[in-house]
Parts: sequence; C-alpha cells; structure tokens
Amino acid sequence: MDLDIVALSRLQFALTALYHFLFVPLTIGLAVILCIMETVYVMTGRTIWRDMTKFWGVLFGINFAMGVATGIVMEFQFGMNWSYYSHYVGDIFGAPLAIEALMAFFLEASFVGLFFFGWDRLSKVGHLIATYAVAAGSNLSALWILIANGWMQNPVGARFNAQTMRMEVSNFADVLTNPVAQAKFVHTVSAGYVVAAIFVLGVSSWYLLKGRHVALAKRSMTVAASFGLAASLSVVLLGDESGYLSTEHQKMKLAAIEAMWKTEPAPAAFTVFGFPDQEARETHYAVHIPAVMGLIGTRSLNTVIPGIDEMVKRAEARIQSGLLAYDALQQIRAAGGTTGLTQGLVSQFESHGQDMGYALLLKRYVDDPLKATPEQIAKAAQDTVPWVPPLYWSFRIMVGLGMLFIALTLTFFVLSARRTLDHHRWLLKVAVWVIPLPWVAAECGWIVAELGRQPWVIEGVLPTAVAVSHLGAGTLLLTIAGFALIYTVLFVIEMKLMLKAIRKGPEISPMSLRPGPADNSPQLVPAE
Amino acid sequence: MELHELISYEVLRVIWWLLLGIVLAAFAIMDGFDLGVGMLLPFVGRTDLERRVAINSIGPVWEGNQVWLILGGGAIFAAWPQLYAVSFSGFYLAMFAILVALILRPVAFKFRSKHEDPGWRSRWDGVLCFAGFVPTLICGVAMGNVLQGVPFRLTEDMHIFYDGSFFGLLNPFALLCGLVSVAMLAMHGATWLQLKANGPVADRARGIGSVAALVTVVLFVVAGFLLHGFVEGYRITSAVSVDGPSNPLGKTVVLQAGAWFANYAAHPVLWVVPGLGVAGALLAALLMRTRNPLLALLCSGLSLAGIVLSVGVSMFPFILPSSIDARASLTVWDSSSSHLTLFIMLVCVVVFLPIVLAYTSWIYAVMRGKVDPKKIEEGRGHAY
Repeated sequence: MDLDIVALSRLQFALTALYHFLFVPLTIGLAVILCIMETVYVMTGRTIWRDMTKFWGVLFGINFAMGVATGIVMEFQFGMNWSYYSHYVGDIFGAPLAIEALMAFFLEASFVGLFFFGWDRLSKVGHLIATYAVAAGSNLSALWILIANGWMQNPVGARFNAQTMRMEVSNFADVLTNPVAQAKFVHTVSAGYVVAAIFVLGVSSWYLLKGRHVALAKRSMTVAASFGLAASLSVVLLGDESGYLSTEHQKMKLAAIEAMWKTEPAPAAFTVFGFPDQEARETHYAVHIPAVMGLIGTRSLNTVIPGIDEMVKRAEARIQSGLLAYDALQQIRAAGGTTGLTQGLVSQFESHGQDMGYALLLKRYVDDPLKATPEQIAKAAQDTVPWVPPLYWSFRIMVGLGMLFIALTLTFFVLSARRTLDHHRWLLKVAVWVIPLPWVAAECGWIVAELGRQPWVIEGVLPTAVAVSHLGAGTLLLTIAGFALIYTVLFVIEMKLMLKAIRKGPEISPMSLRPGPADNSPQLVPAE
Repeated sequence: MELHELISYEVLRVIWWLLLGIVLAAFAIMDGFDLGVGMLLPFVGRTDLERRVAINSIGPVWEGNQVWLILGGGAIFAAWPQLYAVSFSGFYLAMFAILVALILRPVAFKFRSKHEDPGWRSRWDGVLCFAGFVPTLICGVAMGNVLQGVPFRLTEDMHIFYDGSFFGLLNPFALLCGLVSVAMLAMHGATWLQLKANGPVADRARGIGSVAALVTVVLFVVAGFLLHGFVEGYRITSAVSVDGPSNPLGKTVVLQAGAWFANYAAHPVLWVVPGLGVAGALLAALLMRTRNPLLALLCSGLSLAGIVLSVGVSMFPFILPSSIDARASLTVWDSSSSHLTLFIMLVCVVVFLPIVLAYTSWIYAVMRGKVDPKKIEEGRGHAY
C-alpha cells in the first residue's frame, strides 16, 4: 500500500499541535491569574494571597513544563516535515518565530525560574515583577505565533520572487498589522483566560464541596469568576470570524462552517442544527434562525456571504488565471531572466501572479499543471472546499460551550458579589464537571481554524499537498508512533501529578490563619 | 534608497553568518552547562540529596538557557530558510531523537522530586542523564556530518531530496565530533557544579571536569588533524555574486583536500579561534584543579565558543555542503533570506538581545551563591 505522505505529515502535525494546545491556554491564562493574586498580596500584605499564588503556581509549573516540552516540537517540525513550506515562506514566516523567541520565550522562561526559586531571594515587588514578566512573556508568545498563523490564513505583505522560487517579504508592517492575526490574537488569548478561569473555579469548587481550604478557595473563585466572565464575553464577542471576510478562502471557511451551499440574500440565516452532506451539497433537517449568520460573519446586515458553490466557481476561474502565471514563470525561468524577449511574459506573470497558488493545486493530480485536463481542473476547484461536517460541528460545539462559560462565570460572579458562593452545592458540582470543557472548546477552535484552512497551507499561495518534506512513509509512521507513545505516557503522569497536587492542597502559612486586625478591613469575600 | 539598503545585502549576510555562530556558541555555553550537569548527574551525586543539589543548581536557569536553542531554530528559519529546511528534514530521525530528549527533560525536572519513592527518582535521574547526553552527542555528530557534506540535492523549483539514512550519519569522523561535544559539555557542566555545590558533589565534579577538559583538547586536536588529512573540503569555482538572489543552483563547486583550511592559510590570525578552544579547555582544567571554579567556568565557556566557531571559520562561505550535488551546497551568498528580512531581523536582534542579556544577568546575580543542601531538606527556596 502506498501511504500518503501528505496525510501522514498532516496527521503528525495535528496530533502534536492539538496536544501542545492542551497546555498553552492554561499557561497563558493562569499566568495572568497569578499576577492578579500576587498583586493583591503585595498591595494588601495579606499572606493568604501569597499562599494562593504559590498554590496555583505549583499547578502552573506542572502545566508549564508540559507546554515547554511540547512547544519545541512545533518549532522544529516546520523544517522536519514541511521543508518545502520552510523554503517557500521562510523569508516571512521565520521572522515572527525568531522574534517570539527573542521577545517572549526568553522573558517567560528566564523569569519562571525566579518565580519558583526567588520567593526567599527577592523583595515582594521584585517577585511580583518576575510574575508579571512570566505573564507578559506567555501572552507575547501568543501574539507572535498568531501573527505567523494569521499570515498563513491571510498572506499579506509578501510577493513571489522568480529567481529564488519563494515568497519574500515586501511590507513587514502589513504582516504585523494583519487583521486576521489581530482578531486571532484577541480570540485565542481570551480563550486561554477562560480555560484558566474555569480551571480555578472548578478546583476551588471541589475544595468547597469537601469543606477544605475554604478561605483560599473562595478568594480564588472570586478572582476566577470575574476574570472568567470578562474573558468569556470577550472570546465570544471578539470571535475571530471578524477576520473571515478579508480573503477569498476565509469566506470559503465561513461558508463551510455554516454548510451554506448556495449564496443567500443578506443577512444570511444561521443553521442551529442539521446534518451537512458534502456529497449531496445540502444540509438535512436544517433548523435556521434568520439573519444571525450574516451578523456573526459580517457584523452587518447587508453584506452578502457567498455560498460554497459560488466560491468553487470562482476558484476554477482562479486556477485558469494561475495557469497563465505558471506558464509565464516557466518561460521566464527557461529564458534565464527578464531580458527584452520576456517583457510580455513578465507582465503576464505580474497580472496573474496572485493566482499562481491555484495552479499548484493541480500538482496533486498532474506533475505539470499546464497539462491538466478540464476534469482535473474541476476536481482541483472542488478541493478548495474544506471538509464541511467537522467544521460545522466543531464550530457549533465551540459556540455552545462559549455560551455555557458565560452563564457559568456570570452565575458565580453574582454568587461571589452576594457572598453566597457555597450556598448551592449543585452549582459547585457543575463547576467541577465543567473543568474539561474549555479544553474541548479550544481544540474545536483549532480544528475550525486549521482544518478550515485546507487545502491550503498558505491560503491562495501554497497548497498543503505541495509543502511536505520528501520523507519515507515508514519514517513518518515511526515518529508518529513515537510521539503518540511519549505523549500518552506523559499525559497520564501529568494528570496524576496534577491530581496529587490538588488533593494535597495549598500550604497555608501560619500568618494567614491568624485573624489579625488587618482582616477587619473590607474584603472581597467574607471570612467564614 | 529604502531604509534597509543602508546596510548592503553582502554585509547583512556576513552579519547573519556571524550571528548564526554567536547564537550556536551561546547555546553551547548557556544550555551547555545544564546539559552537562544532566549528563554528569549519576556520577557526581550518589545520594538523593547530592543529586538534588546538582539539579537545583541549574533549576532556576535551565529553562531560560534552553531558549538559546529555540532562538537558534528561529534565527536559522528566519535568516537561513534553506539551511533550516534542508538540515531539519535531512537529519529527520536525529532531530526526532533530540526532540524526545527535549520533551523528557522539562518533565523530568518538574516531576522528579514530586514523589518520595527512590525508584521513581532514580528513573527520572536516568532520564535527565539521557536527555543531557543525547542532544549533546547528536549536535556534535551533526557538525561532523556538515563538515563532510550532507547527501541532499535540490530540484529547479527548490524541492529538497535527501539520499542519506540515519545510520549514515554515524560515521567514524562524525562520531568523533560527537565525542568532542560530549567531552566539552561534561567539562562545562563540571565547572558549573564546582561553582554551585560544596562537598562531595564539587569534589567529584572537579575530578571529572579536569579529565573531561583534557579529553576535549585531545579529541578536538585529533579531529582537526583528521579533517585536514582525510576529509575533503569544498571550494566555489565559479564567480561569486555576494549580493545575488538566494538560489544555490547558479554556481559550480569542487571537492578539494585541505579546502577547509584555506581560510586559515589566507588569514593566519584566524588560528586564534581554534586556539581559544584548546587554550580555554587547558586553562579550565588548571583552574578547576586550583579551585577557581568561576574562572574555570569562563575559560570553559571560551573554549566552547572557540570550538563551535572554528567549524564555521573553516567552512566559510559554506554553511551546508552537499556531498551528492556539490553545486547545491548552501553558502552565505546564496541561501539567506531577502535583504529586507535580514535587515528587519537585525533590528530586532539589536533591540531585544541587549534586553535579554540584561535581565539574564540580573537573574544570575539574584541566584548567585552555593546551593544549600539544608534548605533543600527543609523544602525552602528550592523547587526541585
């Protein structure tokens, strides 16, 4: 059997990225929560807030180690498994990764040592600065990786160089201010905050249910509920669909998420439920809410979202145009440069160059795209439709969970304001059971964004199928099995240690237990 | 004239070649001592407490140190994309082995002391030793292969095909280079332990480290002679365009015995670089013996820089020669990023690297002094 190298390479990347993304959101969010707690400690001098910082810091540390361990894999894999990609777009894509290391990883990783080892060696404010640096570093790293990822979705500020056979940066400011990247950054970081807030809320609820560490748990819940409410509103209201109309394939992604086969008059209806059928090009048993999709997707009432069938027609036209560019490029290269003879070809390349990636879609079916048959062109145009059902469902799970998190954090926010956090045991139980759900939502988000990007690795520029390294299937199977094995073992150990640390609970310093005169001042939650 | 043209493409390429060397040397120096401590862990620490002293000596800093490797990967990607693409995909299984080690390392640090069980702890100690040894060996082996040329070719549209195998990497010369790497990081890790620990851990580190330093010198010199006598170097025979587009296929290259020593012959002052490798290690051995661990650490660091940079100096302008299609060899002049990207990245380095160095120095100053075993026993101020 001839195993598909492209499919195996994608499988490995998806496996390692989804796994890495189990740890990243909690790191990003918990770092900010640690900042909040330690700030309260430094400002009020109440040692219970230091105990809280230390306790959640232990859990942060276990999670952080896993994030670091699985993160290096991501950086190395571009070169290992996607070497043509690395060559083709390294001129642009490499820069944010290098800046991420310089600006974010050094900050985060250097100060995380001080966070754990520096309690006795630093002043209160000195230690607080270390904690802030860790949080700033982890949030900045999200910014840079999403600038890189945003560029894959919307490759602005770059042009093709025929002499080097790759994309090169033409305007770096455009890469930095890419609207898709900005939307993704806000959305992803907010999602991280939700993950951490629900985690803190859930673990604290468990302590309340057990009647342990009540003072620490209540204070933690107050922080988590208010922080989580703001974050879960932000993650839904500032969802990254706002960037979806900026490019052709983003529109395709939006139509695929909605399983919207035909273009509808604006504002389009939202399908709450239904079974998308990619073969038959329809959605069975669909339940619609009028106008909502238009609002989500375009933030307007009169912008038309094109349907999938229309997008496929447009893709076919772009393949034809791309073939003109590809043809011109081959002739220019054969002629050895831009001499007088090739002036016509150069202008042909320049007017169709933005579609050349579409011609490369044909590489899946034929070595020389110029020899493609009309059927192959039609097939390649069909390939621009992502796999609809997983997008459709992932999106709905993500949005549904987002609503649940708003409801949950709002409820606990109100309870906390009324100082009745422990009055409803069933709510505490709900909070414990909800702990895994933000991870489900986050992974669904990754699937929507990255599966929705297919068949492109760089939208409109480089198809995924062309971007892989020429490795053997056996080699790939070996590393996939290796990663799967190590990651499974580590996951089991990690969960055990997390649970052990949670069961052991915080170490409360003696000063926190003694109700001093300072405790008479107004508090966020009443002392029990 | 646009802003980035203030610095010519040629100069930017040379600067980025230097930065490549500096980042790799910085990785060897900074992450090197904690990889070295990992390798030496079972040998310098007999009891659990002794091992915890060793682990906690690097505990606060190893994570920051490892970013030098991540920066190395990112900088190669950004400034030398074709080098990144060819080396990472060509050395695929070797890279995978490094990744396995680097996945296990952070976890081992964090998990090891979370259970009292001696079996649990000694297993993770084994992991830390393995995770220090494997990347160290492989980085050296990779250098040895780069010096001999790597079996890759490029198609006209720059697809990379690699004709070698994982076991092909393990040839005698490359393994010798791997041993140089292991010996030098063992030396470096030992100087760190002598500085940060007291008692038996420091004593054992002194003994192992001074031997490792001498072994480093012997192996490095032997590798140099073998490189001169048995490994053919590469030479460009066509005209070189130092500011041309980054496309390696436009040149002709020949293999030539002794070509890797042509730069030293043309500029004898360059002998300072490998000389530093030898002198630094000898001094480190002497200073460890005379109980000057801080100076020993500095000399050992200089030795590492000399050894790493001497590879680059020998090969300039080559950065990754191809053994099966010599004209596809990657050189400083034909495998960099664009003029604009090199300029932007240089600006980022100039802005951020001093900041990184400043807070890194501050953190080392905060964490200065010996690791106190009493504090570890009481669980104060030590996280591992």
